[in-house]
Amino acid sequence: MQIPYNAVERPDTGLYNAKLGIWLFLASEVMLFGALFSSLVLLRVNATTWPHGWEILNVPLATVNTIVLISSSVTMVMSWASLLEKNFAKFRRYLGGTILFAFVFLVIKAFEYGAKFEHGLLPSTSNFFATYFTMTGLHGLHVIGGIIVNIYLWGPGSKMWTTDPARFINRIEVAGLYWHFVDLVWIFLFPILYLL
Amino acid sequence: MKEFLGLPIDAAAHGGDIDQMIGVVHWLMFVLFAGWGSFFIYTLYRFRRRAQSAANYTGVRTHVSSYLEAGLAVFEVVLLVGFAFPLWSARVTEFPPDDTATVVRVVAEQFIWNIHYPGADGEFGTTIASLVSAENPIGLDRTDPSAKDDIVSVNQMNLPVNKPVIVRLTTKDVIHSFGLPLFRVKQDAIPGETVRLWFTPTMTTAEIRDRLVRRYSLREGVLPRELQGPYSAAEDYADKDGNVIVGKGYSFSEEAVQQLTAAGIFDVKASPDSPTEIACAQLCGLGHYRMRGFVTVQTQEEFDQWMKEQEAMIPQDVPAETAPQVQ
Amino acid sequence: MEHVATAPHTDHAHLHEEELGFLRNYIFSVDHKVIGIQYGITSLLFLLFGFSLMMVMRWQLAYPGQPIPYIGEWFGEMNAPGGIMLPEFYNQLGAMHGTIMVFLGVVPLAVGAFGNYLVPLMVGAPDMAFPKLNATSYWSYFVGGVVMLASFFIPGGAANSGWTSYAPLSVIATAGQTYWLIGMVFLITSSLLGSMNIIVTIIQLRAKGLTFMRLPFFVWAQLVTSFLLLLAFPPLEAAGILQLMDRLAGTSFFMPSGLIVSGVPMENSGGGSVLLWQHLFWFLAHPEVYVLILPAMGIVAEIIANNTRKPLWGYRSLVYATVFLGFMSFIVWAHHMFLTGMGTTISTFFQTTTMIISIPSVIILTALIISLWGGSIRFSVPMLFALAFLPMFGIGGLTGLPLGLAPTDIHLHDTYYVIGHFHYVVAPGTLFALFAGIYFWYPKVVGRSMNSTLGKIHFWGSFVSINFIFMPMFIQGLAGVSRRLYDGGAQYTHAQGVLYLNEVMSVAAWTLGLFQIPFIFNFFWSIWKGKKAADNPWESTTLEWQTPTPPGHGNFLKEPVVVRGPYEYSLPGASKDFSPQSES
Ligand code: HEA
Ligand code: HEA
Ligand code: CUA
Ligand SMILES: [Cu+2]
Repeated sequence: MQIPYNAVERPDTGLYNAKLGIWLFLASEVMLFGALFSSLVLLRVNATTWPHGWEILNVPLATVNTIVLISSSVTMVMSWASLLEKNFAKFRRYLGGTILFAFVFLVIKAFEYGAKFEHGLLPSTSNFFATYFTMTGLHGLHVIGGIIVNIYLWGPGSKMWTTDPARFINRIEVAGLYWHFVDLVWIFLFPILYLL
Repeated sequence: MKEFLGLPIDAAAHGGDIDQMIGVVHWLMFVLFAGWGSFFIYTLYRFRRRAQSAANYTGVRTHVSSYLEAGLAVFEVVLLVGFAFPLWSARVTEFPPDDTATVVRVVAEQFIWNIHYPGADGEFGTTIASLVSAENPIGLDRTDPSAKDDIVSVNQMNLPVNKPVIVRLTTKDVIHSFGLPLFRVKQDAIPGETVRLWFTPTMTTAEIRDRLVRRYSLREGVLPRELQGPYSAAEDYADKDGNVIVGKGYSFSEEAVQQLTAAGIFDVKASPDSPTEIACAQLCGLGHYRMRGFVTVQTQEEFDQWMKEQEAMIPQDVPAETAPQVQ
Repeated sequence: MEHVATAPHTDHAHLHEEELGFLRNYIFSVDHKVIGIQYGITSLLFLLFGFSLMMVMRWQLAYPGQPIPYIGEWFGEMNAPGGIMLPEFYNQLGAMHGTIMVFLGVVPLAVGAFGNYLVPLMVGAPDMAFPKLNATSYWSYFVGGVVMLASFFIPGGAANSGWTSYAPLSVIATAGQTYWLIGMVFLITSSLLGSMNIIVTIIQLRAKGLTFMRLPFFVWAQLVTSFLLLLAFPPLEAAGILQLMDRLAGTSFFMPSGLIVSGVPMENSGGGSVLLWQHLFWFLAHPEVYVLILPAMGIVAEIIANNTRKPLWGYRSLVYATVFLGFMSFIVWAHHMFLTGMGTTISTFFQTTTMIISIPSVIILTALIISLWGGSIRFSVPMLFALAFLPMFGIGGLTGLPLGLAPTDIHLHDTYYVIGHFHYVVAPGTLFALFAGIYFWYPKVVGRSMNSTLGKIHFWGSFVSINFIFMPMFIQGLAGVSRRLYDGGAQYTHAQGVLYLNEVMSVAAWTLGLFQIPFIFNFFWSIWKGKKAADNPWESTTLEWQTPTPPGHGNFLKEPVVVRGPYEYSLPGASKDFSPQSES
């Protein structure tokens, strides 16, 4: 017996396995980042002093990064749409774009970190920097995870397109959901850390 | 019920309420357990395979259990509204005014209880972290006028009886828990915060000691385990010639046991020296188990006397220069 | 790996291929049954290890300051000079006992082993929805366990700040705490992957005709448990990351300003919150306790239905109560924190939710007890353990009530009463249910049955001795004796009157240990010498018994189609006293 509902949806739930799986995974991620955001709020409310993000963080760079990530989400959707059009070459170009944007994001982030370190601003400096580094760092790890998955799907994993295209499309959709989530986390992080 | 549950002596004004509530909850628990338990045992017996070879597909048809569950819910509401909410709010919000109470600061640290009294002026002197040293465990700044008469004592808290006590609890390092089992008080000491708690002792330590007098048998010629600890005689024990072997208030020793049994005394009464303790209830490191402090509840006169003695011992005229400078 | 590249035609390479086959089949298998067995063996070993730690601790509690006989020297001069346990070592053993029992013993056994092995079978699926993820989750658990064990051998030893790891004690603790945190990250990852897999398997891979209201109650329990794991663990992961930062990067998430440790002011930025850790921890750890109990209730329900030969009473109310319990368990966490300086509003909220959450537990227990009425009860070994679960959980649950009411918690908080409360639910409660499950499903897994005489010795011996361990704890707790005391309270006057109980409890604990020997022997002996079991030895109705014994790869010979509910025993008019779910 094969494991059913990998490629097609189960009629009564309207979902294929991986889609339910990723939603559950994202639910747990929401709890993870939710806990971190709540901790941040609690620490900030109780703090005697708390700097404004825009005074010490690099807002322009972060804005660029926001745009980069949003673009990467767009290309992610496009790559999925290309597969629905059965255009594999176009899919690869778009997914490649997503991967590229993700790298750009990390490089910019690395510059930001570097600048902070140069000024001796470390996680131990204050709780503001502690939350800044922890949350952006954890987000960065999620970006790296996404890059690894996307490179796999772009390269060796894409063989599935020839053997089981329906399932491959599902995989791209699921990877996309994850990627949008990573994007979304940044969209929360950006105003909370940089703008408030 | 209280005796049955083995609760310790209750020496605080609010203790009766808490004990009563513990009693009520345990009554409920016993009734529920006995009820369900007897139904359970009876069912097992009656429907064992040998008595009942074929099972009944439907089983119980009545809805008695729903009424039971509803009944339990009602009882829980009564517990909450009738007992828990008012008692809790009396503990954490309805504080007596400071001037009618004995106000003390308690500063916990690994593995010591520092007790800080404001002294005659009723004002606590400032404490500064950088002043902390072995001689000045709480970092009291003696140059502060209101600190001049402050009294700091280690592991020893004296309190007058029948007067509310307000404790301002904090800690220097990790979390501790300020537990006074006989006064039905327990409160975690949270680093970075000062938590207030209050209670009214209703019995002096001496009275409690009298209430705790117990008989011990020396028939085996050895010191009973409890008496090896800080326990002392509740009355005088003398041999035939009237020579006191162990006087009231003195502790028993192996040697004394020999003499007592030789004199034909096999039953003695003793009570703990310090029945009113501060017990640290929160794991705070390797010395958690020995983080024991003492409470001595006294009559007002005794307490005032003790305060005088302490005042006399305050280090006089600490010049500001000798205090370690803030770096 | 290198070998693969060498000439494939030599004998050596041939041998190697077979080895790979062995590795694939038994070690790195992706078959849910093999993974379930791996989980089972590993977690049983951890349970035994966690228990052994406690048996050593119980020596120190009974005879404080006396050298541990026979094995005292094994612990080294660092931990037990002259065989006498040091307080530091006591604290390590305590913290690791709690951690190992909860995270490496009971959860992996209840969810990892029972869930993995049985859920796909019970829903009529060929495997878990994501077999590779399933293997990953086992190996992540394995690594987490190794990290935890390794921490005993580093300087300063294992974590020693309690299983709760309260900051700031844990932040300033020895390196063992870092291992603990890293180990926890692996265990959390494992649980997240595992729970996601179970949920998808239940929702997506149910056989034809198997509607939600036809799921065995065990499957419902696993479903709700998995949701708890999925949603409650991430906050602890977050907390773990923050504590790691505090320990390694010098941040102050949990470190307030102005701490002075051993007379030395702390050099960190400060401004953190001590209670933040507790909130994050208990937000996990309260749902976690229902993770410990729900699978146990599921097992007990299956065994009761089977051994009374009648349907469970109030199946629907069981299901609804379980779902409600799962939901409520997210909003009671601060009842562990009443004495941290809580005002009236918050305490009112948490006392109320705590009382509310006791109602579904009562409903579940009531339904299980009432299910016995009208049955034809067989006192098989699994049934004995399952029956004992009911009053034992009853004691544990009922003693939760005075803890859940803040004013009574003043006296009882952090005393042995709490220890007694939760051990009644986890040890004679959950552990007994797990034993019941092992005896019950063993024939399906192994193909042979366990010996029931040895089983009865195991049951009665454990039942009596375990009550002598945990009942006296209530007496000590009511007398006010604190928990986590290296000398069991010997210093305290208020403890003197109940001190003798320490010895009683310790002797009972070692007796309990002795009574595990028939079980361990039985467990291994029966693999080879047990009585051969038929495919459905207990004449049960649920799908797992419709497979060959033991089930092969892919589980079912033909796709099962479910035609009725899970507990159609003694159906009026049926020819046998059990009507399997998938009869066609
Ligand atoms: C499986 C684990 C488990 C379960 C199910 C529970 C269930 C409950 N727990 Fe417990 N609890 C723990 C594990 C568990 N707990 C642990 C591990 C700790 C300590 C952690 C630590 O500090 O280290 C703890 C601590 C703890 C505290 C904190 C105490 C303190 O530190 O001061 C509180 C307070 O509210 C509490 C309350 C409750 C309540 C109200 C329930 C309720 O859900 C119980 C409801 C059940 C009933 C009311 C029983 C009904 C049944 C019957 C009546 C049937 C009788 C049957 C027969 C006679 C046949 N628990
Ligand atoms: C699931 C959780 C769980 C379980 C099952 C247990 C089981 C037991 N616990 Fe534990 N305990 C905790 C969780 C648990 N405990 C926690 C969280 C703490 C608090 C820690 C802290 O303070 O931080 C604690 C603390 C704790 C203390 C208090 C220590 C202190 O405060 O200083 C004590 C004292 O007696 C104790 C005793 C026992 C005993 C005697 C058992 C016995 O019931 C053990 C029974 C075990 C078995 C019977 C083993 C079964 C396994 C086998 C037989 C193996 C077979 C193997 C094969 C077939 C391969 N425990
Ligand atoms: Cu201080 Cu325990
Ligand atoms: Cu809880």
